[in-house]
Amino acid sequence: MKDSLLSIEDLVVEFKTDVGTVRALDGISFELPRKCITAIVGESGSGKSVTASSIMRLLPGSASSSGAITFRPLDGDPIHISSLEKNDPLLLHLRGGMVSMIFQEPMTALSPVHQVGDQVAEAVLCHRDVTRDEALAEAATMLSRVGIVDAENKMHQYPFEFSGGMRQRVVIAMALICHPQLLLCDEPTTALDVTTQADILVLIKSLQQEFNNSVLFVTHDLGVVAQIADRVIVMYRGQIVESGSVREVLKTPKHVYTRHLLTSVPGMKTGKKPGGFQAWRVDDWKLDAAMGSNTTMSGPFDGHQVREFKQ
Amino acid sequence: MKELLSVQSLCKSFAGLPVVRSVSFNVNESNTLGIVGESGSGKTTLVRSILRAIQPDSGTVRYRNSDGWHDIHSLSDKSLLPLRREIQMIFQDPFASLNPRMTVQEILEEPLVIHRLGNKAARRQRVMEMLQKVHLDSDSAARFPHAFSGGQRQRIGIARALILEPRLVVCDESVSALDVSVQAQILDLLNELQEELGLTYLFVAHDLRVVQEFCDEVLVMYQGQVVEQGSVERVFEQPTHDYTRLLLSAIPSLDPDERLKPLDRQLLDLSTDVVG
Repeated sequence: MKDSLLSIEDLVVEFKTDVGTVRALDGISFELPRKCITAIVGESGSGKSVTASSIMRLLPGSASSSGAITFRPLDGDPIHISSLEKNDPLLLHLRGGMVSMIFQEPMTALSPVHQVGDQVAEAVLCHRDVTRDEALAEAATMLSRVGIVDAENKMHQYPFEFSGGMRQRVVIAMALICHPQLLLCDEPTTALDVTTQADILVLIKSLQQEFNNSVLFVTHDLGVVAQIADRVIVMYRGQIVESGSVREVLKTPKHVYTRHLLTSVPGMKTGKKPGGFQAWRVDDWKLDAAMGSNTTMSGPFDGHQVREFKQ
Repeated sequence: MKELLSVQSLCKSFAGLPVVRSVSFNVNESNTLGIVGESGSGKTTLVRSILRAIQPDSGTVRYRNSDGWHDIHSLSDKSLLPLRREIQMIFQDPFASLNPRMTVQEILEEPLVIHRLGNKAARRQRVMEMLQKVHLDSDSAARFPHAFSGGQRQRIGIARALILEPRLVVCDESVSALDVSVQAQILDLLNELQEELGLTYLFVAHDLRVVQEFCDEVLVMYQGQVVEQGSVERVFEQPTHDYTRLLLSAIPSLDPDERLKPLDRQLLDLSTDVVG
């Protein structure tokens, strides 16, 4: 697939810890198609956030990685993200310019001591040759596009004056203001109420259709996956156990772990939900809830647990 | 079924802003009452008033045990102490609610020490029993919280709440911070313990799917008021209030063919995404 926006080949990430080396990603490979939303789903410790951070080269110093990450912008040559130097100007141009990221907790992603408008405009000033006034005008347009009413005045407020959902809208505005070709979302709705989550999901989807970019959406909730994604990658303990179109994976899951995740979604047990999913809750899945209690990732592991669960 | 808890016209304001507005409900023994609503709807203030962690402005909270009914807010501190044993809480954040400098043994036996129950050997024995009940290894007792995953820490929080053999357990968003698969295990554990010990749960949550799976009765709160209450089956299948319908329509379906539509708050005049 030479036409994909991003390809990851045999990516291995290891962390040095007090108890030895922990392999967070165990040689994963996938392609990210253009103009579509791909979700990575898995539980804590499955390596989904590490994958997203690797693309931004945001891994901490204790991490060592190997493998190739190649980004192919629409205009221009492919960029080999994994082989860029830390201070390469291309990397700075990439971050926030061509690829940007939304985090789980909007309050920690925003500076508490700067006005919201300045924070959104900062990305424009960093990446394009514009005046401060032009950047602020663009920020105001973007803020109203993400659903902030009375953006002209709200620009001069501080993050603490905003509710959780509004803060996440500001973060989305910051991420999209330079029209990145790839948007990484790391659990952007996990900290939000169910109604706010619905608003943010609808917003991300409509912005993706408007800007025609690609989105990589990290989450642990298959309900969210079903709502937002076109394609899905299921991860468990640093490996990809299943991937495909959302319809294919959620309606006819092949891997035992995917089915386990599906039955973990609350409300499934009662079988009251339409859609015929409850039929999957059968006892002989070999994989009961006990499996999930062992995912602290302490100590080295070689991925044999994953193979164990393959049918 | 006998009533265990009765809350009548409970009100609480902070700095003139009403947070809980005349809330009344009853909870039956060995039942699970879910309290749902968005952030700011007053659910945490409500349950904290029930625990007398907050003094309400008006209204009563009555709790019944073998000695009869007790008005929680008119008791002296001394006569409240034995009731504290019977009403316990499981918190939301399994990282913040355990002291990082105490071992699991110390964390679990602290309630016993406070209530002067048993000698050292008996307390140790009791801690072992509780660890077994929440499916943790007995060698966990000597370890510190940092050595456990989120789900395991929540099990420690549950063991601490249950070590005093309470009758009423308040779970304030106790599974909200957990991954779905870990969440399913913790809910299974809470169900198992309820059957074994006849516990009554007050279960605060913002995730309606969890409430649907876990609770018998549900209370829907919006801006400090109860807008709907009833059995889970009735409220989920035939909601009567517009706000309940809005909440239900926000649940992400597992069916990719059934996609979320933008929520229509204007229709209901329920703008929740406002500051304050």
